[in-house]
Amino acid sequence: MLSFIFNKIFIGFLIILASISSLYIMIHMVPGDPIKVLLGPRATIEMQEAISLKLGLNDPLFIQIYNFIKNIFKGDLGNDILTQRPVLTILLEQTPHTIALVTVSIGWAILLGIPIGCYNAIYQNSKSDKISGLFTVSFIAIPPFVVGLYCLLIFAVSLKWLPAIGVGESGNLISKISHLILPSIAVGLGWVGYLARLVRSSMLEVFKDNHVRTARAYGISESKIILYYVLRIAILPTITLLGTGIGILFSSSVFAEIIFSRPGIGKLIYESVINRNYPVVMGAVLVSSTLFVITTTLADIINALLDPRIKNNHNS
Amino acid sequence: MKKIIYEIIKEPLGLIGLTLVSLVILLSFGADLFSPFEPSQINIRDKLQNPSLVHILGTDQLGRDLFSRVLHGGRIALKVALISIFISMIIGIVVGIAASIGKKWLDNFLLFIFDTIRSFPTIMFALAIVTLFGPSLETIIFIVILTQSPIYARIVRTQTLMVINSEYIQAEKVLGINFMRLMVIHIIPNVVGPLFILASMDIPFVIAIEAGLSFLGMGVRPPIPSWGSILNDGYSFIDNSPWPLIAGGLPLIITTIGFTFLGERLRDIIDPKLKKYIN
Repeated sequence: MLSFIFNKIFIGFLIILASISSLYIMIHMVPGDPIKVLLGPRATIEMQEAISLKLGLNDPLFIQIYNFIKNIFKGDLGNDILTQRPVLTILLEQTPHTIALVTVSIGWAILLGIPIGCYNAIYQNSKSDKISGLFTVSFIAIPPFVVGLYCLLIFAVSLKWLPAIGVGESGNLISKISHLILPSIAVGLGWVGYLARLVRSSMLEVFKDNHVRTARAYGISESKIILYYVLRIAILPTITLLGTGIGILFSSSVFAEIIFSRPGIGKLIYESVINRNYPVVMGAVLVSSTLFVITTTLADIINALLDPRIKNNHNS
Repeated sequence: MKKIIYEIIKEPLGLIGLTLVSLVILLSFGADLFSPFEPSQINIRDKLQNPSLVHILGTDQLGRDLFSRVLHGGRIALKVALISIFISMIIGIVVGIAASIGKKWLDNFLLFIFDTIRSFPTIMFALAIVTLFGPSLETIIFIVILTQSPIYARIVRTQTLMVINSEYIQAEKVLGINFMRLMVIHIIPNVVGPLFILASMDIPFVIAIEAGLSFLGMGVRPPIPSWGSILNDGYSFIDNSPWPLIAGGLPLIITTIGFTFLGERLRDIIDPKLKKYIN
């Protein structure tokens, strides 16, 4: 088990390293000089060269990447080219907003999606199963940014029930929650569909298993069978989905943050890519790929703990 | 043919899907016939009008007829989706077969690449590529091919391995089958079915990528109409008129739901076992 966990962590580390390096290379191929952006159009060539030397942009690319990774371990991610603030400070400000958004979105999706999936599996092929099947597939199909835009139009601009932009006043919990509702609907709606469908289909598989038949033969009550013998196994694929789905979650939170003008990692990446603000892009990608690797690795490990067959499969 | 269509529309899922998809295809490819105005014809005096008999969906901030723009935007969306999915499919078949019948190291290497590309959030990847090559129709197609072809390759690989390891192929091998015959008679036919189902479920995703990037101003360049750029206009003028936003979102909802429903139904008919691979 321990070697399995170490193996997973090592691979996760490799993925972070690979994604940072490839992004570094890609960004440096982009036309558009950050130094010109920094100094303005009237800077002399001497001034440009001095800054270039200071930021180490004249070194060969792989030395730059090496220095960048070395500095990460010192907690130094460089400075924002435009405002000169340390990137680490900016990231520490922005990340909590994204984490809050993603957690709330996935939270309400779990609370709604898993019960819907269970209900549909128990009453398979009933009218309610078929109708909610149509709805869950639609939730998956509709792009999250369209959901976000329509929510903004209906609930914020037309009805004025909820605030349209920002994160709310600091320290005021009710204002913060009311600012979270619409973005989290946009990010979470598709997940209600994914979860409901996955739980339904994996529960139907488990219903066919021998141990469920045996439990029924013993006369155990149906509700107990579902809770203790079916749902416990049927929940496994859901954990994998949540682990690997963090990439999709980030993609939709980029749109939610832009539409609702919320600060966060997604909006930060979008804006700094446009401004060619290299250090901020690198820092933000570092944070999001690390979060991605942590969640997928955790999902793999939890799955292996719950179902030993996965670990054995990996070893063979 | 009649039988297949009957099978599709037997369930509400298939009936709704087929109706919506036919509607979208008819209106988009017949955009020149059905649109009452030139899509980029500016008429400032009629800006931001509500729907009327003349302008079915109203007009945008430059007085352009939204209904005509939506129809022409549909043509762009379908064009991007069909071209990029077709190329992804071809690449997927070649790479997938190479991974399944090639050496072990090649297989492992290709799998690592597939997983790395898949693990990157699509939108971040797309933003990086767009800044690299500049926003255009071709860039979007390139992004889709890069992100989607690994998914096709993975399915082709799984299917090919399944066929190659089956007993009748072992028997054929003993009889001295040649490579071309193996591919053309046994592998390709087994691989194409699942690929087409995957493709029909992939269309909504690709259309969403195109619209999403155009919404961010990083996709199709104006004045070419795209559902995403209509949404972008609507977002900027949200306080003045809701209609550009409604007009841009509605076709996206109809198209994505239509193709997804149709794809689900096709999968249920052709191969229920596939459920595992395609989700």
